[in-house]
Amino acid sequence: MEKRVTFNERWLPYLLVAPQIIITLVFFFWPTGQMMWQSVLLEDSFGGNSRFVWFDNFVHLFSDSSYFASARLTIVFSFLVASIGLAVSLLLAVMADRVIRGATGYKTFLVWPYAVAPAVAGVLWGFLFNPSVGVVAWLLQGIGIEFNYVSNGNQALLLVVIAAVWNQVSYNFLFFLAGLQSIPKSLIEAAAIDGAGPGRRFWDIMFPLLSPTGFFLLVINILYAFFGTFGVVDALTKGGPGQATTILVYKVYNDGFRGQDLGGSSAQSVVLMVVIILLTFVQFRFIERKVHY
Amino acid sequence: MVENRPFVTFLSHLVVILGVIIIAFPIWMTFVASTHDQATMLRSPVPLLPGKHLFENYRQILVEGFGRGFSGVPIWMTLMNSMIMALGVALGKIAISIISAFAIVYFRFPGRIYFFWAIFVTLMLPVEVRIVPTYGVVASLGMLDSYSGLIVPIIASATATFLFRQFFLSVPDELAEAARVDGASPMRFFWDILLPMSRTTIAALFVIQFIYGWNQYLWPLLITTKESFYTVVMAVSRQANAVDATPSWNLLMAMAMLAMLPPVAVVVFMQRLFVRGLVETEK
Repeated sequence: MEKRVTFNERWLPYLLVAPQIIITLVFFFWPTGQMMWQSVLLEDSFGGNSRFVWFDNFVHLFSDSSYFASARLTIVFSFLVASIGLAVSLLLAVMADRVIRGATGYKTFLVWPYAVAPAVAGVLWGFLFNPSVGVVAWLLQGIGIEFNYVSNGNQALLLVVIAAVWNQVSYNFLFFLAGLQSIPKSLIEAAAIDGAGPGRRFWDIMFPLLSPTGFFLLVINILYAFFGTFGVVDALTKGGPGQATTILVYKVYNDGFRGQDLGGSSAQSVVLMVVIILLTFVQFRFIERKVHY
Repeated sequence: MVENRPFVTFLSHLVVILGVIIIAFPIWMTFVASTHDQATMLRSPVPLLPGKHLFENYRQILVEGFGRGFSGVPIWMTLMNSMIMALGVALGKIAISIISAFAIVYFRFPGRIYFFWAIFVTLMLPVEVRIVPTYGVVASLGMLDSYSGLIVPIIASATATFLFRQFFLSVPDELAEAARVDGASPMRFFWDILLPMSRTTIAALFVIQFIYGWNQYLWPLLITTKESFYTVVMAVSRQANAVDATPSWNLLMAMAMLAMLPPVAVVVFMQRLFVRGLVETEK
């Protein structure tokens, strides 16, 4: 889309884009360029010399079993976060949509977890499940479940998933609710007159009409699980116990800063960049498609 | 209401109320923990109702900090840092994006399309992914331990620019035409017509970006080593990692409450703008 009416100025537009372009060049393109360059370099342990090694870092990465473990973990993790998050928020949105005319107040109570920082969310859930003082851990113990996320890898992963979903539910909820409220009431009424019950109306009318929203949210939630959950992981488990919660974005940080393996960390960043480009592409395809709905 | 089914309506209320309770439970427990003394919070099971030490705990955490040789930085200072960072990020993003969107929409100039794409590709790589090299750049510019280092590297974002571009494209052409006919300069048109029209968009964006800036975690964690630059979110997380050594759950949870309060207040009191900002930045 273009404007018909524009101004004619020689230097002014450059002056106006300059601040953003300069910041983007210095803090985006420069580091990204360095990252790509470093991903084909091998630096010796003292950081003095580095030599060009073609794609050795990538070959090394793809033959590294711990990288594969982390990739598999990330896929499981994002599947859990996206599916649980979407299911819970869809349920809440459908129910809230039914009662919303009577009680808009529910919305207020459901939107604010979005405002809690992921790192703080991690701390809160860590407190609830803390093996020595956590109230939920205590309850679980009462029914015979020993919950210790500090030593049990699967339980640690479960807790990270819970905290991540909790943090993201309000976002999904708002989009689902907006989607539900944009469905024409006449469609629902027509179906009701034809004798379709609430369940049938949901599956045959609301669910298909919600699918664009759902698909959009799926992409957003996968992106969130891949990249937005760093704070949850760092505050809750630091990637442990062992490697049980070291998702890919955490591994980039861990290998780069703690392990000082710049080449390997940069190669991992490049791989993640490819993932985002693919997901963004999928999302744009979807936005084009939305026009036809 | 399509039809009257008391049972289904009852069930809907029940599910939503249950959802609200589960979602609010962690916050409730945090609040409860922040109102007891240290000893109470170390005996499992911990109480489920508030105690009597609210003012004491919050006073200590705000004025003296965690104390006991640990990070002695008082929380009012980290709150101030977070506020500076959140305001800086929100206002900075809005300022640079609105003028670049103005240039891209209202001018034709050589290289315009390249600038547009340069801004667009920043969507491809969130800061968490390129954290190591970005840290290197900021360090070599001498911006560690400074407010500019906290703010400037994360204000370049495509979403805000796109939002303003979208909005400017929806502004009727007649306005710009009229301004031109009347001999108004482009900047005059920007200040007197476009900016006042963008008020709601700016406000909605401000709400979202304020929360984004306040909740930053990894970035401040890396580039601040001096306690005087700590933000409240990282202070909470640092303290949580050390809580087994000095188990003051009451103080830690008071800190967490203070870290959540400003962004949650923004969301609750500006809900309409928040929802609008959220939905529109994703278009």
